[in-house]
Amino acid sequence: MVLVLAIGDLHIPHRAPDLPPKFKSMLVPGKIQHIICTGNLCIKEVHDYFKTLCPDLHITRGEYDEDSHYPENKTLTIGQFKLGICHGHQVIPWGDLDSLAMVQRQLDVDILVTGHTHQFKAYKHEGGVVINPGSATGAFSSFTYDVNPSFVLMDIDGLRVVVYVYELIDGEVKVDKIDFKKTATASAH
Amino acid sequence: MRAFDELKRLELFFKDDSKHGVSVVDLYELVQHAGNILPRLYLLCTVGSIYIKSKEAPAKEVLKDLVEMCRGVQHPIRGLFLRSYLAQISRDKLPDIGSEYEGDADTVMDAVDFVLQNFTEMNKLWVRMQHQGPGGVREKREKERSELQDLVGKNLHVLSQIEGVDLEMYKETVLPRVLEQVVNCKDDLAQYYLMDCIIQVFPDEYHLQTLETLLGACPQLQPTVDVKTVLSRLMDRLSNYAASSADVLPEFLQVEAFSKLSNAIGKVIEAQLDMPAVGAITLYVSLLTFTLRVHPDRLDHVDQVLGACVKKLSNIPKLEDSRAMKQVVALLSAPLEKYNDIVTALTLSNYPRVMDHLDIGTNKLMAMVIIQSIMKNNSCISTADKVEVLFELIKGLIKDIDGADVDELDEEDFKEEQNSVARLIHMLYNDEPEEMLKIICIVRKHTMVGGPKRLPFTVSSLVFSALRLLRQLQGQEGDIVGEEASMTPNKNFQLLTQIIESLSAVPSPELALRLYLQCAEAANGCDIEHVAYEFFTQAFVLYEEEIADSKAQVTAIHLIIGTLQRMNVFGVENRDTLTHKATGYSARLLKKADQCRAVYACSHLFWVDDQDGIKDGERVLLCLKRALRIANAAQQMANVARGSGGPVSLFVEILNKYIYFFEKGNKQITSSAIQGLIELINTEMQSDSTNPDSVADAFLASTLRYIQFQKQKGGVMGEKFESIKL
Repeated sequence: MVLVLAIGDLHIPHRAPDLPPKFKSMLVPGKIQHIICTGNLCIKEVHDYFKTLCPDLHITRGEYDEDSHYPENKTLTIGQFKLGICHGHQVIPWGDLDSLAMVQRQLDVDILVTGHTHQFKAYKHEGGVVINPGSATGAFSSFTYDVNPSFVLMDIDGLRVVVYVYELIDGEVKVDKIDFKKTATASAH
Repeated sequence: MRAFDELKRLELFFKDDSKHGVSVVDLYELVQHAGNILPRLYLLCTVGSIYIKSKEAPAKEVLKDLVEMCRGVQHPIRGLFLRSYLAQISRDKLPDIGSEYEGDADTVMDAVDFVLQNFTEMNKLWVRMQHQGPGGVREKREKERSELQDLVGKNLHVLSQIEGVDLEMYKETVLPRVLEQVVNCKDDLAQYYLMDCIIQVFPDEYHLQTLETLLGACPQLQPTVDVKTVLSRLMDRLSNYAASSADVLPEFLQVEAFSKLSNAIGKVIEAQLDMPAVGAITLYVSLLTFTLRVHPDRLDHVDQVLGACVKKLSNIPKLEDSRAMKQVVALLSAPLEKYNDIVTALTLSNYPRVMDHLDIGTNKLMAMVIIQSIMKNNSCISTADKVEVLFELIKGLIKDIDGADVDELDEEDFKEEQNSVARLIHMLYNDEPEEMLKIICIVRKHTMVGGPKRLPFTVSSLVFSALRLLRQLQGQEGDIVGEEASMTPNKNFQLLTQIIESLSAVPSPELALRLYLQCAEAANGCDIEHVAYEFFTQAFVLYEEEIADSKAQVTAIHLIIGTLQRMNVFGVENRDTLTHKATGYSARLLKKADQCRAVYACSHLFWVDDQDGIKDGERVLLCLKRALRIANAAQQMANVARGSGGPVSLFVEILNKYIYFFEKGNKQITSSAIQGLIELINTEMQSDSTNPDSVADAFLASTLRYIQFQKQKGGVMGEKFESIKL
């Protein structure tokens, strides 16, 4: 059981002052093995905070990030899964699942984690799964007037990944989960 | 002390009548014939102890006798130890209420008298130590005296333990007499120690009820006595007492504790003109802690204390003592911690005045404390006038204050400060659009004078605040009464433009471009075409004139394309103009690969999946073909320049785009075109077999797999893909 936190689009301090207190109290150091961050933190303080939660931190660049040296995209392997990260402002049309599927094929990954739209998505297609953890602070988004703070926790176990999405709705944290199974042949390259 | 132990054995011996056969009375008489006075008196006390125990004489008489006889030893140290011995042995023999020694004639009063007398004499001896011996060894003497202070203090402790000493007796007899001695002895060491002793030893309820008397003694003490510490400790004790239980609070009100303490402090500060600032402020901190614990709802008290502090600080030309500064910070932090709600602190009229007296560094420190308090408590400041007060308080962070040396400030610290201000802006919020607009205008007024160093931090927060307001307005559309026309979306957009324009002073073109695009999307949401067009114009101008870095250009053009793709407010002409510009700039990026990608991204500008969205298949294909040409050129350039293949993956990307539009139903894209493209890619890859590009290989493989998958879907999709032969 490997826990991976997928989180992003916090937009601190430009659009939000901080993570919601209820999320902060849930995110405790030492429980998570990897953090995947889609970008738009935007300041070093947030980076440092994530580092305290887990030293294995992978970040890609969002268009408002202070640190312009984050990579445009990144791939990594966790257990049996290949994961790819890309903020998503580079993929036009924004939020278009077919275009994101192309990026997934290009990066050759089972799971693509992406952001930018501030809307949670977990979408299975022929080539794998696209996950958008939404905005952890519920930051202003031109995509929707209704942004609930959210983040995703993935539990990777063998060929199976359980995606837990945590959403703050009307002051309460609601959890949902989705199961994905990978067929062993899918990644035979 | 060992002698005392020996005397105990002697006492036991004396006690046992049978051993020596002399009666106690006689023994009492006998020992007085001892030659030297000191041993004589020790023996007398020892026998006296047994005498009392034997009850052959009333306790009070023996005690009176003893305490008087001890006068015979006037040598300070010897006298002190002797009387200490007397106190020790008499302790359990006092005629207290309920004690076995209480008789018809013996009362608590006698016990009290005895202890008080012993105390008085001991104090006199103790003070006399100061004047003994040559003048040069004052420190040594003071040290000696300090070591013996508890001998004197013990008497007070005994007094506090006497059951019969109730509040009445304490008030009428004990305290006045003790204070009399304290004041009259005119010795600063004794006065300080004894005042403190009184405070520590007697119960807090007593102190409350005798507050006036106790405080009245303070001005009468020697000027060198550290009265402020005494008062601080008293207030701390009383604060703790108040915190211990809610039942005691009415008592505080009844005795008007606050005003008495406040007056006493005022008198002390007035009397000691050369008291250093840190001392006075420490007193105020103690008083403030006191009132926050005891009367938290009395904000006027808090304000009063702050006001007194302002007065004191005004008399000092420039406060440079860092300890004093720390105390002022403690003074200002206390209400924040207590009330957990910045709004309460903002109502204290003297609060900003105190802050004005801080030096610039401390002022900024305090401003950060305030902001952190707001963040920690998740406070929301919701009225314009409170926002105004708040920004006055933190003005040290917002702008350059005269005399401040901005260059001195560490860059990290500066960033932290400004980010805090940026975060703070999101804590200012009101549901009512009118009030919210006022708040935004106030924040703008303060932040616009921050200067080029600060603007990049604060402008973004302000812009997004205003964009949120716009949505609030939209939500209320239809409810707006005529007079509130001051907040039309147009006015809002004008405000936004002005705010973003200020970034040109920094300059910050990349940020400004992003913000203009955000505003364009907002204008799209409000259905105001010309405003949206204007924002795009601004964005393009910045792109053309200010953004020269190639990497920045790539991101910027993608942001423009991405935003434009989502616009549905533009009519044909405007849309065409902007699309033309976007594709033009895409094709003129520096690197061929970047050009290619931006151009095929532009293909989406001609195809929007919405119901009314544009679906111009021809122009989509034109874009893709253009992208293909660029990819070819890139390939050729690489062959010439490096002798090996270039970015084959570009072709695969374009192939994916062909498939995308094919799926969406673009009739201009045929299955044969797709097949042709696949063959082209295969050719390119084979010709480059010396330098296999595994990434592109995998990409192509997964793309082909996708086509296969679609074929096997069956139905309409299956039929479509049927025609593609792999």
